[in-house]
Amino acid sequence: MPLFGLAPTEWQAVQLSLLVAFWASLLSLPLAVLVAYALARWQFWGRQLLNICVHLPLILPPVVTGYVLLLVFGQTASVGRFLNNTFGIVLAFRWTGAVLAAAVMAFPLMVRAIRLAIEAVDPKLEQAATTLGAGPIRVFLTITVPMMAPGLVAGVVLAFAKAMGEFGATITFVANIPGQTQTLPSAIYAFLQVPGGDASAVRLLVLSVFISVLALALSEWMARRVVHGTGQ
Amino acid sequence: MTLFLDLNHSVGDFNLALKFQVPNGVSALFGRSGAGKTTLVNAVAGLITPQKGRIEIAGRAVFDAGRGLNIPPHQRGIGYVFQDPRLFPHMSVQRNLNYGRRPACSFEIDANLIVDILGLEKLLDRRPDTLSGGEKQRVAIARALLSNPDLLLLDEPLAALDRARKLEILSYLERLRDELRLPMLYVSHSVPELARLATDIVVMDAGKLVACGPASDLLSDPSLVPQLGLAAAGASVLARLTAQSEDGLSTLNTSAGQLFLPRIEAPLGSRVRVRILAQDVMISVQKPEQISALNILPCHIISLRPGDGPGMIVELNSGNDRLLARITARSAQRLRLQPDLACYAIVKTLSIRPAEVAI
Repeated sequence: MPLFGLAPTEWQAVQLSLLVAFWASLLSLPLAVLVAYALARWQFWGRQLLNICVHLPLILPPVVTGYVLLLVFGQTASVGRFLNNTFGIVLAFRWTGAVLAAAVMAFPLMVRAIRLAIEAVDPKLEQAATTLGAGPIRVFLTITVPMMAPGLVAGVVLAFAKAMGEFGATITFVANIPGQTQTLPSAIYAFLQVPGGDASAVRLLVLSVFISVLALALSEWMARRVVHGTGQ
Repeated sequence: MTLFLDLNHSVGDFNLALKFQVPNGVSALFGRSGAGKTTLVNAVAGLITPQKGRIEIAGRAVFDAGRGLNIPPHQRGIGYVFQDPRLFPHMSVQRNLNYGRRPACSFEIDANLIVDILGLEKLLDRRPDTLSGGEKQRVAIARALLSNPDLLLLDEPLAALDRARKLEILSYLERLRDELRLPMLYVSHSVPELARLATDIVVMDAGKLVACGPASDLLSDPSLVPQLGLAAAGASVLARLTAQSEDGLSTLNTSAGQLFLPRIEAPLGSRVRVRILAQDVMISVQKPEQISALNILPCHIISLRPGDGPGMIVELNSGNDRLLARITARSAQRLRLQPDLACYAIVKTLSIRPAEVAI
């Protein structure tokens, strides 16, 4: 039974995109917090280099990023072979690869939002917490995280939106296989390539607008809840 | 011993190098801005790491550069009241207070006492951003106290407050000193605050130690007048409240005789420390009879110290207490004042402000 009058392939593309965006933003969150914290607070050798690396996917053409992923994680590449032989994980031309591509592309946006949030947390409050007997982990969890929560939410929503819309790197790295790696944007692209595909493309277009608006509304609601919860 | 400190720390051109030791009680760290007071307190708290030296709190070494020992702030057993309250904005007052509480301690009684002493009952459910400056600072003090510290550090906790709030919190701090017997290191550059609170004083200037000793000695030491400031120079007299009169005056007994002050709200028999400023004391070589001033205390001159200007500081012995008088060199010459001369110190009743009286 087609939902919203969607054909099975169209519906699969929507589901896959949601799945990819969900896992991409969830899995990259811990690393993004760590990198953002390091960039905001720590002075170390190679800090600027790390900053540039994190921002590379934002600056490079997405196709280049996708190609680099293919060169590193492809089935014949060293890392890709290692992952396959050791853990049985194959990324190239699989939906898991789409998660990786979306995560890499969304990472700089997430790091930027979280870094700004961390920089806005007053270190004096963290100092006060340490003088009250709280160790570094407790200070981070009870002071830093709650104070930067609105930025965290913003970072996750931004990453989710970017992952939903990711096209260039995804199609280069995992191609455009209906039912397997065909995300919403690549489905729209595919339907535009075939005669009579316009109707499907428009349906998906309407749906992606709907999902984006929903995500934005949800993030606004969550941000307000967080801000209310922190009493700011 | 509460605190031992031997430090050497340089930041840019500034060098903090001093060594001292203070006993239990309230030790005040006094010096003008830039003397290195906050740096020193941060070193005690472990918020900065000195380049050289050793710090002991309550007999326990918390920092020793020679041995590579540097206990992190959260394990030093200190409480820290900063110049700004630094309350956590995302927590209620109650949760702020609970943040540093150590579950292992049997705290209920203390917590209630502290909340009571600092008058916080009605604030517990409020958010920090709805509190006034004085309320915030009281919460910050209570929060630090509830972490059950071995030593409470206070860095000019009253600096940002108006006069009325200052007096209010000062009297809370006096109760903490007397009822909880909590050792404190108190940073201030207000002599009246020190005179009320401190049992010992450490005077520092440009990162160096100037003097260290019991408050009663240092505050009436004429040689420290340049550091403490002329206007604040004075001495403390111990007295006992003996009568309240209907005309609004209180009578106190000192070792040298009776003292009449504007009414002091305290039970009869209370021991009171009255700080008498040097500039409020006149000297007469004969006992004045027809004079409006009520307080005339027989004294002996201990020493005379000329200042840079036309004034000088006369150190007097009045019973068991010391007094300082600030008079002109011309008067001293005219009256032929000299050490061991018997004379009378005259203090106007109304010149003694409530802030100078510690109960």
